Amino acid sequence: MSMFEQLTNRERVFEFLEPAQSPVDVRHGPILYMEDVNVSFDGFHAINNLNLTIDDGELRCIIGPNGAGKTTMMDIITGKTRPDNGSVWFGSRHNLLTMNEPEIASLGIGRKFQKPTVFEALTVFENLELAMATNKGIWPTLTAILKPEHRDRIGEVLETIKLEPLSNKPAGILSHGQKQWLEIGMLLMQKPRLLLVDEPVAGMTEQEMERTAELLTSLAGKQSVVVVEHDMGFVRSIARKVTVLHQGSVLAEGTMDQVSNDPEVIKVYLGEEA
Amino acid sequence: MSIFRLLAGLVIAWCIAFGPSLATAQVQDDAAQTLLQRLVEASNAERTAVLKHISESGDERARGWLEAFSAGKLATVKESGATVLVLNNVGRNWNIASALNGEDMGKVSRRDLATVRVNNSLRKEVEGLLAVIDLAAQNPDVRLAAARDLLGEVDGALVAQIEQRAQVEDSTAVRDMLTTALAIHQLEQGDVSAVETLSGSLNANARAALNNASNSDDPVLAAAAVKALESIEQKLKMNRAAETLYFGLSLGSVLVLAAIGLAITFGVMGVINMAHGELIMLGAYTTWGMQQLFPGQPGLALILSIPAGFLVAALAGIAIERSVIQYLKGRPLETLLATFGISLILQQLVRTLVSPLNRSVVTPEWMSGSIMINEALSLTLNRLYVIGFALVVFAGLMLIMRKTRLGLEVRAVTQNRAMARSMGIKATKVDILTFALGSGVAGLAGVALSQITNVGPNLGQNYIIDSFMVVVFGGVGNLWGTLVAGLTLGTINQVLEPWAGAVLAKIMVLVMIILFIQKRPKGLFPQKGRAAEG
Amino acid sequence: MASSQTWLFRPFQERSTQIFLGVLFSALVLVTFLHLFMPQDSALHVSAYTVTLLGKYLCYALLAVAVDLVWGYLGILSLGHGAFFALGGYAMGMYLMRQIGDRGTYGDPLLPDFMVFLNWQELPWYWLGFDMAWFAFIMVLLAPGLLALVFGFLAFRSRVTGVYLSIITQALTFALMLAFFRNEMGFGGNNGLTDFRDILGFNLRSDATRLGLFIATGVALAIGYVICRGIVTSKLGRVSIACRDAEARTRFLGYRVERVQLFVFVVSAMLAGVAGALYVPQVGIINPSEFSPLFSIEIVVWVALGGRATLYGAVIGAILVNYAKTVFTGVMPDAWLFALGALFVLTTVFLPKGIAGLLQKDRKASATDDAPAAQEATA
Repeated sequence: MSMFEQLTNRERVFEFLEPAQSPVDVRHGPILYMEDVNVSFDGFHAINNLNLTIDDGELRCIIGPNGAGKTTMMDIITGKTRPDNGSVWFGSRHNLLTMNEPEIASLGIGRKFQKPTVFEALTVFENLELAMATNKGIWPTLTAILKPEHRDRIGEVLETIKLEPLSNKPAGILSHGQKQWLEIGMLLMQKPRLLLVDEPVAGMTEQEMERTAELLTSLAGKQSVVVVEHDMGFVRSIARKVTVLHQGSVLAEGTMDQVSNDPEVIKVYLGEEA
Repeated sequence: MSIFRLLAGLVIAWCIAFGPSLATAQVQDDAAQTLLQRLVEASNAERTAVLKHISESGDERARGWLEAFSAGKLATVKESGATVLVLNNVGRNWNIASALNGEDMGKVSRRDLATVRVNNSLRKEVEGLLAVIDLAAQNPDVRLAAARDLLGEVDGALVAQIEQRAQVEDSTAVRDMLTTALAIHQLEQGDVSAVETLSGSLNANARAALNNASNSDDPVLAAAAVKALESIEQKLKMNRAAETLYFGLSLGSVLVLAAIGLAITFGVMGVINMAHGELIMLGAYTTWGMQQLFPGQPGLALILSIPAGFLVAALAGIAIERSVIQYLKGRPLETLLATFGISLILQQLVRTLVSPLNRSVVTPEWMSGSIMINEALSLTLNRLYVIGFALVVFAGLMLIMRKTRLGLEVRAVTQNRAMARSMGIKATKVDILTFALGSGVAGLAGVALSQITNVGPNLGQNYIIDSFMVVVFGGVGNLWGTLVAGLTLGTINQVLEPWAGAVLAKIMVLVMIILFIQKRPKGLFPQKGRAAEG
Repeated sequence: MASSQTWLFRPFQERSTQIFLGVLFSALVLVTFLHLFMPQDSALHVSAYTVTLLGKYLCYALLAVAVDLVWGYLGILSLGHGAFFALGGYAMGMYLMRQIGDRGTYGDPLLPDFMVFLNWQELPWYWLGFDMAWFAFIMVLLAPGLLALVFGFLAFRSRVTGVYLSIITQALTFALMLAFFRNEMGFGGNNGLTDFRDILGFNLRSDATRLGLFIATGVALAIGYVICRGIVTSKLGRVSIACRDAEARTRFLGYRVERVQLFVFVVSAMLAGVAGALYVPQVGIINPSEFSPLFSIEIVVWVALGGRATLYGAVIGAILVNYAKTVFTGVMPDAWLFALGALFVLTTVFLPKGIAGLLQKDRKASATDDAPAAQEATA
């Protein structure tokens, strides 16, 4: 019954027409709110009573050793993995646990994968075109025409990510770092309210890293950004607030100095890394 | 026919053995001659009594006479009046032998013979008499068969003899059968107490007798019979369910055998081997080939086929892996197409080299026949062997996967190819061995299948889609899943079949799987976790 | 509506489409000319038999284009497209069957021969309406389209993709084959539908009708090609490629991947149905063997040989393989399966991008060359 409704319910289709600046209600607090979330895979607790809130416009770094549950956490927020229990809210109106990936994406949550994922057979330009915040229904997509203002917008982003000269080359030939930027560029095209960025500087040169740091910090304020990163130097350079995950739950939270002086954190994480 | 020859032979042997006491034999022959004479001359009404006399005479030849009589092969030569047994009544001239000493008397025109006429009621009479004779036989199987023949055939005259027999009988099965026979007789006489004896019986005759009784005018008897029938019906239902389950398990174990090799190659290497069915076919043809090598020894050939079938299919598998699949790493859809091409070539190869027609594979004696659990339920042996074989193969594979170095390496490569390789595991070697193992198991499946289905070029095709369904249903990369899925699908198919017909049952199972995939896209036993979601 | 025209007319600006349409129409005109105006005894005369044979190839070509649309651009390897082809064929066959009227062997004005033979008293409900051409022609699109819609909806919603989907599609066509073999289904069982007389009032046995069907098939192929081309050059086509190469990424960009897949799959199924409908009057029979898994997988090898994700490659592959099949089965029928089997193996191992890949090699920079390999790795 619900399948049929989904197909026939016109209102659902019209969701696409909603502006990309999503109707997220942040008047009553944080933009992302996770409470008592648990996930287990075959008895292994990947996420253990996780509580996390991200404020509107915040730039948050999340660190933690391998297997701490960082990627799984992103999977939950973007609808890829369903938690066993707990609640996840986007603003105070949208329960993310009842939505699928495209719905969550069109609400305004963008995600960059750990492994850079771009469409290798398509050109850089086309990659950005697909990411553009427009009506993403079937018929509108089929009949879509690239208007001058779209072209301008893509041009802007191309400039930001420094890929203008490669605009008509297939994304498959880009270097690792360039793919990372292209993916960030695609996030920018989406104009999300919340960006989830998984290891953005892996494989980048020092210089590229600096630019990425600049880019991410410039986004904060207008948009909320959550960065998962291993590179401590990079985290230190951008972080205002850091959350340390360990064994699927929050171990410590605070400024970089606070957490790096936390004895628990030193024991499980920094101690090992340093 | 051979029975007569045998009898004739026995009679001759008997004559030789007792040559010196021919005089005694002469006396016996006289008595016998008289009896036979009376049988020939008597009216049908009187013959009953004569037949009884013959059967009770204790004469060893009595059985042959009675059988010949009931088959219409007892005759008198018109000229001499001698009573003869007709050995062969085809054509114009009949082979005859003396009824007394079995001596072959050559061919005689059938116009010179007068056959002793027999009617159905007499034939029935003879059957009962023969049974009584056989009840005293040495072999308990003969006695059991005789007792079975008596069901529903007992009349007042026989009762005493049977009761006597039942008391001295030492085989429980025969005694039970005799009791049932007597009870049926009693029931026919309107004896309510007999109902109780019969109420547990699954015998068709017993049920028929109870059915008759349930229509009887005696309300007490009728009620008791109806009740007994109900309990029997209940029991029958259980038996039918057991039989369906058996057929289901049998079909399921075939599916498991066919699919488990696929589960290994698909689960471990991500390789869709569409030629898997043809590897099964190779195993079946190996069995046929072995039987050609050892003519007349199907059992030995079959046992040798097990390693041979495994080897042939495994070698073919290695050839496929080296020549094609290794070049298509990480391109599952292309692998699917290429192996499909190989399956076409293998099929056509068998058609060209052997024959496009089905080959017949002999089932050794120890595998044919069936085990009778009770009157309503018997299990065919070949299917039983296949179920056992499937379980053994499954257990063997489980052991290999869990307890051997190869199994460990295979599991390591399945979970993380790059990591396994960096730990010094030669992924290529593991691939070859895995593929050989999966293919070899397909060969084993072929050996088993040769015992229950036609061996032909299309053998593999018939199983490939089903096998894939089993793997998909069970969940990729999980041997337990394959086992459970195979047995489940087999059973579901058998449950649906009597109700919907074979074709419709198959369609329904396919549709069911398609719908099932909706709920559990990764099968019954999915691999969970981040690594599994590529 | 103005914008919808754009996607459909965009292909005409493409050079490859212009060449394709040019070659196709030249071939149609040439065959027509050689058939009509060359004397019978001339070496250049094209017989009615050959015209029909070519028409059959064109049907296969359209079918191959439909398969390439889903396999090449969407990454869905359907091993069941024969089912959509056959359904379209059966819809047409039912129309042709009812056109026979009382000219059948049993002379029943309403019931087709096989129903009379089976002692059926009345026409099953699903045969009603097929005496009207417009209804039948709609069903040619609707029957395969609906099957694809229902099947695709179920499969894509639960994210069944890759080899799983391939196997399930094969099971689908296998199940349908078993079903259509049953007499009780009311589609002529084993023998299928045959002994057709005429279509839209034209005698099917006349040369003129055969030529007409050939031309109609050519036009259908052209239209089908343009539709597919229109889709793949639109933004939707790029989204399809995105679904093919990185399904999860596409989803996180906000596209409903399953709807994209469903739309393209249904369009493809309908095209396959049209191909089947044009096929039936030309070969004069439709039976359950068109549902056989072998046929469906054969279509895939046409596409693979021609080169996937090009559309014109599918046409080349379909015509080449079927021409080879005609030649082989005439000269040495036993060798055909060997040849076909070898074709599967050789194409996938040595010619992963097919003939079209060879053609492109000279023209295109090597930049795009490793793209398909990378796509497969993520699939």
